Amino acid sequence: MTFGIVVFPGSNCDHDAYHAAKHVLGQDAEFIWHKDEDLKGADVLILPGGFSYGDYLRTGAIARFSPIMHAVRAFAGRGGPVLGICNGFQILLEAGLIPGAMLRNRSVKFQCEHVHVRVEQLDTPFTAACRSGQVLRLPIAHGEGNYFAPPDVIARLETNRQIVFRYTNAEGQVTDEANPNGSAAAIAGLCNEARNVVGLMPHPERACESALGSADGLRVFESAVESIKSGALVARA
Amino acid sequence: MIDSKVLERHGLKPDEYDRIVAFMGREPNLTELGIFSVMWSEHCSYKSSRVHLKTLPTGGPQVLQGPGENAGAVDIGDGLAAVFKIESHNHPSFIEPYQGAATGVGGIIRDIFTMGARPIALLNSLRFGSLDDAGTRRILEGVVAGIAGYGNSIGIPTVGGEIAFEPCYAGNPLVNVFCLGIAKATDIIKGVASGVGNAVYYVGAKTGRDGIHGATMASAEFDDKSAEKRPAVQVGDPFMEKLLLEACLEVMKTDALIGIQDMGAAGLTCSTTEMGSRGGAGVEIDVSLVPQRETGMTPYEIMLSESQERMLLVVKRGREAEVERIFDKWDLHASHIGEVTADGMLRVKERGAVVAEIPNGALTDEAPLYHRPMATPEYLADVRKLDLDELAAATPETGTSAGGTLLALLGSPAIGSKRWVYRQYDHMVRTNTVNLPGMGAGVVRIKETGRALAMSVDGNGRYCYLDPRHGAMLAVAEAARNVACAGAKPLAATNCLNFGNPERPAIMWQLAQAIEGIGEACRALDTPITGGNVSLYNETDGRAIYPTPVIGIVGVLEHADRVVTRRFQAADDVIVLLGEGRGELGGSEYLKMVHGIVRGVPPALDLAAERALQTLLVELAAERLMRSAHDCSDGGLAVTLAECCFDTDGIGADVAIDRLAVARAESVNRAAALFGESASRVVVSAAPEAVSEVVRRASAAGVPSRIIGRTGGRSLRIAVGGDIAVDVTVADAERAWADAVQRYFAKRVA
Repeated sequence: MTFGIVVFPGSNCDHDAYHAAKHVLGQDAEFIWHKDEDLKGADVLILPGGFSYGDYLRTGAIARFSPIMHAVRAFAGRGGPVLGICNGFQILLEAGLIPGAMLRNRSVKFQCEHVHVRVEQLDTPFTAACRSGQVLRLPIAHGEGNYFAPPDVIARLETNRQIVFRYTNAEGQVTDEANPNGSAAAIAGLCNEARNVVGLMPHPERACESALGSADGLRVFESAVESIKSGALVARA
Repeated sequence: MIDSKVLERHGLKPDEYDRIVAFMGREPNLTELGIFSVMWSEHCSYKSSRVHLKTLPTGGPQVLQGPGENAGAVDIGDGLAAVFKIESHNHPSFIEPYQGAATGVGGIIRDIFTMGARPIALLNSLRFGSLDDAGTRRILEGVVAGIAGYGNSIGIPTVGGEIAFEPCYAGNPLVNVFCLGIAKATDIIKGVASGVGNAVYYVGAKTGRDGIHGATMASAEFDDKSAEKRPAVQVGDPFMEKLLLEACLEVMKTDALIGIQDMGAAGLTCSTTEMGSRGGAGVEIDVSLVPQRETGMTPYEIMLSESQERMLLVVKRGREAEVERIFDKWDLHASHIGEVTADGMLRVKERGAVVAEIPNGALTDEAPLYHRPMATPEYLADVRKLDLDELAAATPETGTSAGGTLLALLGSPAIGSKRWVYRQYDHMVRTNTVNLPGMGAGVVRIKETGRALAMSVDGNGRYCYLDPRHGAMLAVAEAARNVACAGAKPLAATNCLNFGNPERPAIMWQLAQAIEGIGEACRALDTPITGGNVSLYNETDGRAIYPTPVIGIVGVLEHADRVVTRRFQAADDVIVLLGEGRGELGGSEYLKMVHGIVRGVPPALDLAAERALQTLLVELAAERLMRSAHDCSDGGLAVTLAECCFDTDGIGADVAIDRLAVARAESVNRAAALFGESASRVVVSAAPEAVSEVVRRASAAGVPSRIIGRTGGRSLRIAVGGDIAVDVTVADAERAWADAVQRYFAKRVA
């Protein structure tokens, strides 16, 4: 199967996602230039981290107008699995594929560190291989990861079970201390209503080899592989 | 038109002007004068330091590119080269901390990718005044945010560095940034212009009026009017640089490129001149073809602008379209602004009319070269006197009171955790960082080969203040030792020399002494200098900083998975001290923090012993005989042992060391044993079954070794001469250490 990794100008975790998919998981991976409209036969799309267009207006605000986003939207509409990591998540929010917005971290600083997230939902293509309530140790690296949505939207996300990852401590408890950026409802990752589009602020692609401090992120990629292989998701580019 | 006021504004001395007139055979016009002023500035010409820099060792079989290009390069095996350099951005960072630091990062990154290398790691070495001062906190916050803002955005991890605090840096903070990239050894690209008729291209950001005379600003002292120099600080655009980086690396894959250089200090002037000079050619450009951000810019302004994120390329004639296509892909516009000529002149035109015409050689090779007078500073004789017996009254005698001193040292910003800083840097992007910041040297793996590169930047201004030659040697030794502690063989060095006003004989003496020390240490440790940078005039109101040479060392680790960190790995491991403590307290952190004095002579250094120690460390790591390694530096053995216990979930240690007779009072002897900073010492831990082999190898290598204790328990206990002197829980010690810098900012963070 093929992971398609969209490269926006200013993407900088594109090579990391490629390495994880291609060299750690041994799957095919293709870079997809943002000016292209063809998804190169990808089974899974990744919008990688970085600072697309320098994030000068708002994080992700310009990237959502890139030509490739038409194809991404259509792919998602057909039920194709899409994973937005960090800046990719921010682009998904700006594109309206997932509700809500990002504020600056409550520290008002960029933060790069390992955190813990609890897997809240297993019925998405990026968590299917996880255990219920499994705690993953993943790095974050962002200045604007403080998720915000009005209370009624948060309530709807809860009801629809769209909260996929929550920041917790190592024991899996949601505490204010374990919330690195002040996100509402300790939200670290969400899915859309159809559950095929997932966005998260932590970087699973940076945690696929123990040499880098954690291999927990592999579960996210393995979930995608299993989901495709089991035929649960058949949309193709 | 050109009078003494004009000359002064350009930082040119009357005799330098006479030299210009002699070269030109006529009076220069203002544009030409501006070009001379930046090229002959200290920053670009190294006119005070060059005669001394020439004595540095720069060669060796590992060196692929020595000084003189945009960066140095060393062979790291498998046909790959590590391309690296350190550079200062001190003056701009004082005037505008965020942009000053950010553009410093941008500049050094350009130097690396200009060589055809993909930048993969950043380090920085920073100096500030005391954190008790609100102004210093503001500068620190700005500098850190600027480094983060640029490095994070462009996607190059900041994997390590060092920070020190001394009052002498309050008005002259130091921001030294190191960048390392990887290239195929055969694909290194140089900053040359050659081949008559080849096209000269300008790519990147448009030229504005920002940064005009940045190079001359960096070559002058500060006074109370320095705030007025703000327009000379440039504004960084990391997104533009990311596009330039990717596009240039793509262009370099074609063979359409002859040479490339970034426009850093002195902008278009320096890049055209240096490229022409290296290629033995001339360069002719028309400034009206240069993309401009503002209207009505004069040739003078265009030539001297230091707008960021701009590159100059020389492209083979007939291959222009190919190159333009690649820049178009990245939404960059490449402008054809001139040609390479045969006459060795820098010729600047404006809409076809010549506005400046200067022989390249006059700007580069013929720039002034000064043998400035030197004199031993007057302060030296006094500060080198240290009577340890006088310390007795202020040093507690009994029990575990040294534990309190240890906690105080660990909780000081100098020694405490810098996590508050490096947490703001993306240190993991590119997924190569196998040694996270705070663990010792920065280590990045090379995915393609299984090897890894370790790198460290170090300097100790206090030691250099007390003895610049010796202090500089200690800086080289420490940087190389840190690399060796990670298990990497030190290969080569880069240096950043931060000093005061070289026109003062005492400062010039410091500079010359430090360069001598660097040379001697680099020769002995076989780490030639491949490049670097000199930052002079670091003075405010006539007060100079400590002489502060900062050394960056790069080493190679044959197996990335054998990297070693400072952390103890398990309980019941055996702790071995390699090297010998002599209780040297001169210039130590202990003396400064506990007794408030900066005195004495820095620790002795035997370079042969140092080299033997480093060779041993590389061997122990390669054969997996040691599980952790941490060098003794600021705060001595006690601080080193404590740091070995941190980030381990609380593994403690029981240690016994000898008393040292350095003074009459036992309390002073005890402090010397615990906190003395004798060089060439490393604390390693080994599994019980491996210890005899470690000791045997040490003995074979001629390195003194001694088993000093075991890991385990939840406390760090150190007995000196049989009496317990330190008994603190790891949790308490770690809390003090973790909070050391953060507590100064805690109130201001939600």
